[in-house]
Amino acid sequence: MKNSRNMFKISDKSLITDNLVPIIFILFTLFGFAVAKGVPFSFFLSDLSSRFYRNAFLVLSLIIPVIAGLGLNFGIVVGAMSAQIALVIVRYYYIEGLSGMLLCFVIATPIAALFGFLTGKLFNKTRGQEMIASLIVGFFANGIYQFLFLFVVGVIIPVPDTHPMIKTDGVGIRMSVDMGTLKYSLETVCEVPFMWAVLVTSAVLLAYYLIIRFAGKETPRDSSSNKKFIAKCAVLAFLIIFSIISIVTNNSLMTVKKVPVVTILLIAALCFFIHLLLKTKLGQDFRSVGQNQHIAQSNGIDVDKTRIIAVIISTVLAAWGQLIYLQNMGTLNTYGAHNQIGMFSVAALLVGGASVSKATVGQALAGTLLFNSMFIMSPEIGQALFGQAILGEYFRTFMVYAVIGLALGLYVWNANRKSKVTL
Amino acid sequence: MAELTVKKDKRESFIQEIGLPTVIIAAFYIVVLIAALLLKLSLPVLISDTLRRFGMNGLLVLAMVPSIKSGTGPNFALPIGIVCGLLAVVCGIEFGLTGFGLLAFSSISAILISVITGYLYGKLLNAVKGAEMTIATYTGFSAVSLMSLVWLMVPFTNKKMGWLIGSGLRETIQLDAVGADGIINDLLAFERFGIKVPTGLLAVFFAFCIMMWLFFRTKTGIAIIAGGVNPNFAAASGISIDKNRIIANIISTVLAALGIILYSQSYGYIQLYSAPLNMAFPAVAAVLIGGATASRASVSNAIIGVFLFQGMLTTALPVANELFTGTDLSEIMRMIVQNGIILYALTQVRGGAK
Repeated sequence: MKNSRNMFKISDKSLITDNLVPIIFILFTLFGFAVAKGVPFSFFLSDLSSRFYRNAFLVLSLIIPVIAGLGLNFGIVVGAMSAQIALVIVRYYYIEGLSGMLLCFVIATPIAALFGFLTGKLFNKTRGQEMIASLIVGFFANGIYQFLFLFVVGVIIPVPDTHPMIKTDGVGIRMSVDMGTLKYSLETVCEVPFMWAVLVTSAVLLAYYLIIRFAGKETPRDSSSNKKFIAKCAVLAFLIIFSIISIVTNNSLMTVKKVPVVTILLIAALCFFIHLLLKTKLGQDFRSVGQNQHIAQSNGIDVDKTRIIAVIISTVLAAWGQLIYLQNMGTLNTYGAHNQIGMFSVAALLVGGASVSKATVGQALAGTLLFNSMFIMSPEIGQALFGQAILGEYFRTFMVYAVIGLALGLYVWNANRKSKVTL
Repeated sequence: MAELTVKKDKRESFIQEIGLPTVIIAAFYIVVLIAALLLKLSLPVLISDTLRRFGMNGLLVLAMVPSIKSGTGPNFALPIGIVCGLLAVVCGIEFGLTGFGLLAFSSISAILISVITGYLYGKLLNAVKGAEMTIATYTGFSAVSLMSLVWLMVPFTNKKMGWLIGSGLRETIQLDAVGADGIINDLLAFERFGIKVPTGLLAVFFAFCIMMWLFFRTKTGIAIIAGGVNPNFAAASGISIDKNRIIANIISTVLAALGIILYSQSYGYIQLYSAPLNMAFPAVAAVLIGGATASRASVSNAIIGVFLFQGMLTTALPVANELFTGTDLSEIMRMIVQNGIILYALTQVRGGAK
């Protein structure tokens, strides 16, 4: 206790200011549990976990552009639109099931890559204003997307008006498209009860840490890493015992929604991919372009090309993320499903403690959890305190915008202050 | 220095001076007008609508001029001023005011509220120099969503604004119930050749244009322009740039607040909650269509821009409906034109690579 106090003292101020946004969110969620007594923990976990499987991939798709110095790519909505175009094509030919879903991934990839390329070109022309440009690109692309689905389909490309996806007058795609057996197609491949998943994951992680610790060659044995190791093991051991207890006693936590293994594996694979990518030459290029474009250029890195590659990767990943999201939702809201994706994903990443120039896989995952906790608790708090759930819904919309505004504002403000100091 | 060179080639680069977006949109407007004539749409009705929407949106577009001139870029935080104006009107209705009394009261209180918020907003912009546009956008969004909470929780009791059951204000409030529907429009309005001219509306808009034009010929106005054109040079000549940026953004916010009052009375409804969320973008697009850039704008840019943009949209709507029934093609066109223009302007910003 004493030691941890000392540790806090050194970086007390910067620790709080650097993590202001995550701290606010943790406090808010805890406050929600204190106020809204009607929320069972198992319901919360069900809701949170399914939101996590849905959104994590999209949030992770934002990381590469941040590292490459493009800031927060609100333009991932363009990727989401590519995914929806692919989905509409697949549904148009009645291709069902997992193979249909895989075909969606295959079709979405080149479309997203093309759009990502064009967006990247644009970002190179709007250097220094990428974030506002990416926001407006989303709006602009939405116009073209609507033109495609409300006008081109039917007027230019002839389609039968008897098709269940086409509006009755034969022009344009319906407001909502039923996804048939594409719904849950990834999830139903393999599902595991939640507490069993917790048990297995914790056990594997614990074993992994122990092996690294005692079979590893040379581990630094200073006190802080020791403490970290003990803390990790303690948490994992607690989780193992906790999950065994609830499996044995079959308590309410066993009612938590089952874990879709394929989705989790995809998210894990993406985390691993980002981790590996940053170690390659390309990943180093992203970093150096992100730090200083002039120096990167003079070191022989093709800055423009590197930035475009970063945007293409981000857009393609976003398209895949949107497909994961949609198969979980079950119906495609043709003209609305993509609109909020950029805003919410960016907010989630920022809540995890990321900034305009720094983002990690851990921040993205933590942010997704924290942000969605707030999203679930907000209407509950509105209901409990004011008797109106809608109040909470307005409040969480406010939080989305305020978090983005605050995080960007603090970042620029700090940067400006620092540049004044050096001047 | 930059101004001198601009003046020198003014004649030569006439097209360049007008700007590519203006030329394209003007050409497109003419095409749509011809299409309207060929489809035998009623021209007087189209012109009347264009005039009304021109005046209606005018002040909101004019609000872009001071902020661009001061160097903070287009005022993407226009919703801040808009919610101030809405708050003032809602308070006026709650106090039982009607007609011109309501408009006078709400204009005065809107000015008071928006001077304060404009000041704070200007302060914020000074803290985040270099990223004003992005942060302004999110500040505006935050203000709108925060005010949504206020609309829902405010303990007003006037039956003209509330829901039948429960608390909070309605999403749209009809202004004819308080005798303020179109009263500025109808002031001295007349009809010639079937064209309705909303004299009062246009007069108010042009009065503000003239005031703005005069303001930028005063000492403060010129100092604001100087700070926007070349901040380092202006600072060296003893101009307080931060103060001028705040003044310009106060003016912009006040114009937005008054602009929404003018807009609402012409529209006949007050729209609360998420309605103001995206109101900044059409206004930004309009001033850019008028030939402004993210760092240069004038009153004439605002006037020409709002006329072309609103005129095009007003004419395109019936034309598109006539040609392709069932699809809202004009709304799609608005999205593409509006955001395309903003993107074009962003590519013209001389941004530094880090």
